[in-house]
Amino acid sequence: MDDRVSKILLCVERGKVNAASPYPPDLRGQEGADELTRQALAAGAGPDEILAACDEGMKRIGDKFGAGKAFVPELLMSAKAMKAAMVHLKPFFASGQVQAKGVFILGTVAGDLHDIGKNLVAMVAEGGGWEIIDIGIDAKPQKFLDAIATHPGCVVGLSALLTTTMANMEKTVREIKAKHPNCPVLVGGAPLSAEIAGKMGADGYGKDARQALVALSDFEGRALVRRTSTGSNSVGPTSADRASSLEQPLQGALG
Amino acid sequence: MNKFYETIKKAQVAGRVLVSDGAWGTFLHQRGLEPGECPEAWNRTRPSDVAAVARSYVDAGADMILTNSFGGNPFRLAHFGEESRCFELNKAAAEISRTEADRARIIRSGPAKIQAFSAETARPGLTNTEDPPAWEPRQVFVAGSMGPSGLMLAMGDVSEQELYEGFRLQAQGLLAGGVQGFCVETMSDPIEAVCAVRAARDAAQVPAAKNGWGADRQPPVFCTFTFAKTTDGEYRTMTGASVEEAITAVKEAGASVIGTNCGGGFTQMIEIVKEIRSFDAQTPVLVHANAGLPRYEDGKTIFPEGPEFMASMLNELVAAGTNIVGGCCGTGPDHIRAFVRVLERAHKR
Repeated sequence: MDDRVSKILLCVERGKVNAASPYPPDLRGQEGADELTRQALAAGAGPDEILAACDEGMKRIGDKFGAGKAFVPELLMSAKAMKAAMVHLKPFFASGQVQAKGVFILGTVAGDLHDIGKNLVAMVAEGGGWEIIDIGIDAKPQKFLDAIATHPGCVVGLSALLTTTMANMEKTVREIKAKHPNCPVLVGGAPLSAEIAGKMGADGYGKDARQALVALSDFEGRALVRRTSTGSNSVGPTSADRASSLEQPLQGALG
Repeated sequence: MNKFYETIKKAQVAGRVLVSDGAWGTFLHQRGLEPGECPEAWNRTRPSDVAAVARSYVDAGADMILTNSFGGNPFRLAHFGEESRCFELNKAAAEISRTEADRARIIRSGPAKIQAFSAETARPGLTNTEDPPAWEPRQVFVAGSMGPSGLMLAMGDVSEQELYEGFRLQAQGLLAGGVQGFCVETMSDPIEAVCAVRAARDAAQVPAAKNGWGADRQPPVFCTFTFAKTTDGEYRTMTGASVEEAITAVKEAGASVIGTNCGGGFTQMIEIVKEIRSFDAQTPVLVHANAGLPRYEDGKTIFPEGPEFMASMLNELVAAGTNIVGGCCGTGPDHIRAFVRVLERAHKR
């Protein structure tokens, strides 16, 4: 692996965004994912090679998070570093040189304003090579249905943190399944378990962001991804940069 | 000394335990608050429902109650487009709780039996003119609830200065409505918690100076964090702060009561209090415990820890070093009543 590519991996794992970023303190002043990706591409490194490094970096930090060795801020900084690298990879997605694994539509269900879990999943999945369509918080069932209609062959992820919005989650799953029986639906959130997810009629469940990606991989490449010439959704501004609303910081990462 | 803080310290010295209130949010949902609706807006639109929550805890025998202002900072109110009403909604929250707290009475029925009620629910028609031994006023304090902003400093969502100013506006509203202290709660990021504690303390300084009070007359600021147990068995906040890191930071910022709220159930709260007491033997500790971690089953949310279970663990929580005990998500007046009974039996009231 090119020295720069392995450094990109490290930057993603440690959350080093760019040279100006003071985080993490021990890498202060050094180049980050932003500069290194630009340089690696200029030196001829393959975009898919860099993407794989990002994925591995996110996997490492995700595993630490799952084991309680890293926490939300670290995971968010890693995702931020990854996004800095993705900016430079975006043209390769648009030109079709790099193929996304599929389209993943994500939203927090109606009545719930919590988006940290959703954003974590969005970022980890994006690092894992998925095209993310983030429909935001407090998303009514119709909003999910509309997004699915626009992106045939997609996978859908529903997030909720509040126990009071579990009923809305179940209702949304049922409405999606009634209209699009073949559309895979994943759910996550602090009050959930795999068992409850199954009872709701969901096809998969992620206990945390990393597990969500594992669940997502079951549905990889199930439809050809239509890449528009703009490719605007591949690394566009998901709300992932603005993680907010945690009043019950429980551990469920999709919540 | 500020009367609220003096009461807490005196109880601590005498080995007595004060009782706080239980959940507000889950209670308001039972009264019809829809998911996605702004709970603080109810301070204006449904004040009698909010008052009913406050009254139920006064009636249950709580020595202090909070306010319906958990999400009353401008950052969270912005989700509902209500940020410009920050001062107004917090003031209303404080007024509602104060009105109910000030109605607290002790009713004597029979020679020994003492029960805590608010005036209206005690007995219909009970007034000041009734037989004097029948009741006397009972002091119930109000602490203004201040929850997290929901924004992440680490991600550059907001600056410390912005957090401080937002929390100060909230604290000013609460103070204008008559709170006697502040409860900064459910905190994860010690830096944000420090901003909120400083903001509350500074907001209180202005009226204190106006009244010629010294620093010790200022309303106390409580600060409680939410900790989760890692796979290594350590307690950490969501941002990764240890119990000692988090608590030490807010004490230095001026918090005079420390503790933990929400969390993974009563057993974990006991462990967290033990950990706090391993590095701080003096500062009063407040615990607002969840009724366990909620589960969603068959269309209903279930909190596993009932009043009996939580009450059965209470003596252990007190033995660990807790000075004020109340409930968080999933608890209600029955939990608080059960706490009062247990403490009375243990002669800690």
